[in-house]
Amino acid sequence: MIWDLHCHLNGVEGRTPDEKIVRMLEYADRMNVGKLVFYMGWPFLADPSPDELRSQNDQVLQAISHWSDRALGFAYVSARYVDESLAEIERCITNGPMVGIKLWIAAKCADEQIDPIIKRCSELKVAIFQHTWIKATGNEPGESSPDDLIRLATRHPGVPLICGHTGGDWEKGIRIVRPFEQISVDTGGFDPTSGMVEMAVRELGADRVIYGSDVSGRSFGSQLAKVQGALIPDDAKRKILGGNLKRMLTPILKAKGVSV
Amino acid sequence: MSAPVTDQLSDDERIIDTNVYLSRWPFRRLAYDETSKLVERLKSSGISQAWAGSFDGLLHKDVGGVNLRLYEECKTLGEGLLRPVGSINPALPDWQEDVRRCAEDYQMHAIRLHPGYHGYLLSDPRFEQLLDQALHYRLIVQIAVRMEDVRTQHPLMRIPDVDVSPLTGLLVPRPDQLVMLLNSQQVVRASLLGAMAALPGVYVDMAMQEGMGGLSSLLKEFPQDRIVFGSYAPFFILESSLLKLQESEIGNQISHAIRYENANRLNAGRP
Ligand SMILES: [Zn+2]
Repeated sequence: MIWDLHCHLNGVEGRTPDEKIVRMLEYADRMNVGKLVFYMGWPFLADPSPDELRSQNDQVLQAISHWSDRALGFAYVSARYVDESLAEIERCITNGPMVGIKLWIAAKCADEQIDPIIKRCSELKVAIFQHTWIKATGNEPGESSPDDLIRLATRHPGVPLICGHTGGDWEKGIRIVRPFEQISVDTGGFDPTSGMVEMAVRELGADRVIYGSDVSGRSFGSQLAKVQGALIPDDAKRKILGGNLKRMLTPILKAKGVSV
Repeated sequence: MSAPVTDQLSDDERIIDTNVYLSRWPFRRLAYDETSKLVERLKSSGISQAWAGSFDGLLHKDVGGVNLRLYEECKTLGEGLLRPVGSINPALPDWQEDVRRCAEDYQMHAIRLHPGYHGYLLSDPRFEQLLDQALHYRLIVQIAVRMEDVRTQHPLMRIPDVDVSPLTGLLVPRPDQLVMLLNSQQVVRASLLGAMAALPGVYVDMAMQEGMGGLSSLLKEFPQDRIVFGSYAPFFILESSLLKLQESEIGNQISHAIRYENANRLNAGRP
């Protein structure tokens, strides 16, 4: 079964979370994507206030509420609001159905202010997804690069981290995270350029590569193509398209009593 | 299970790929950047015809040599599938001779422009001159709006996207000129896309169409009879455009038009 690490409700037809997720699952069905991980609501907010974090997480909680067999959620948190983010982790993960956190571009993850969030997630065995990009055009002020992520990894040895978008400029991103076994890369959210998955598998091993699409901004098709069209063995494709994410989420799903 | 053989495909299953490149991308080796491997790969996915430009056309100054090699490569290794699309760089001396060779010597049906890499705007008088020469020879003019996400470019090779807005003023008085925008969707959007939709001679390929169900979205903004299949292989993975066709619920008729019929109509009366 294909698991998609990286899905957003933003930009999807429908007025409510329930309408939007139904629309997304129709597309997922057509592309044989079985499980989808959702985070952040709509509209996209680069630097959300604590109230906005809560309402965005509420949108995702509502969307996934009727689809426990198909949909998982990561809580949107921000290193700019550590106490409130810790409270969201308790609300959405410890006492709710979510299984990971999403960190976007409010603050760079190299900055130590984020550490209590990472520490708590590590205790709970929660997946940690950090957006990263290396933009020739310049990053946003709070936008992390893979270099920021390895500084975080150095402070939290052994804690699994996901390098969102493989840094976008993947030939650099892969090299930056290569020495850090705890870091996996997300294949979603950049053009379906030939060779990305092959290089990631060669340099990191297939166990550290996770398929994500970044729908609805991206197409399932263009993003699946990176893996399905890659010149790698079938068992590597299976790991990337689901096996690795399933393995990463199994401890927390089991702790929640969800059969995997 | 064996791969489908292109010769045995019915019209309904054939695909014309209007956006393919031969030779080497300057910054990376690509899995299918050897012509015979690319041809094999295209055939195995039901591509029955591919309009092939050359990556050499981006940076080489001897464009005459680039186009001669492309023509010979398509003839010797193309297996009747590759149709050469010559590169023209109107910033080079005597570029008009390159257009003449493409049309007269090589009997090409189209030429391909990379204005971002050649440092001119579409408002440049040389572009207007080029359109007139293309019209004279009935050449389709393909414009590569971008080749790569500007965010991932080599720091010393920051190539701007092409601003296509001057096309309105140029094509209204030239209603018979056909212009095909390749790799346009991340750049040509909203009202600018609407302006292009209003020009009956403008076609777009779909290689850089993104978004969940992206083709359905494009069809809301651009006429279905002027959208053509393009993969941008081998820079993009061929599966991308194929899977995007599967993703959008567009029906067999529109899908066939995009995959085959719209581009095939452009072939009529051309070599
Ligand atoms: Zn995203």
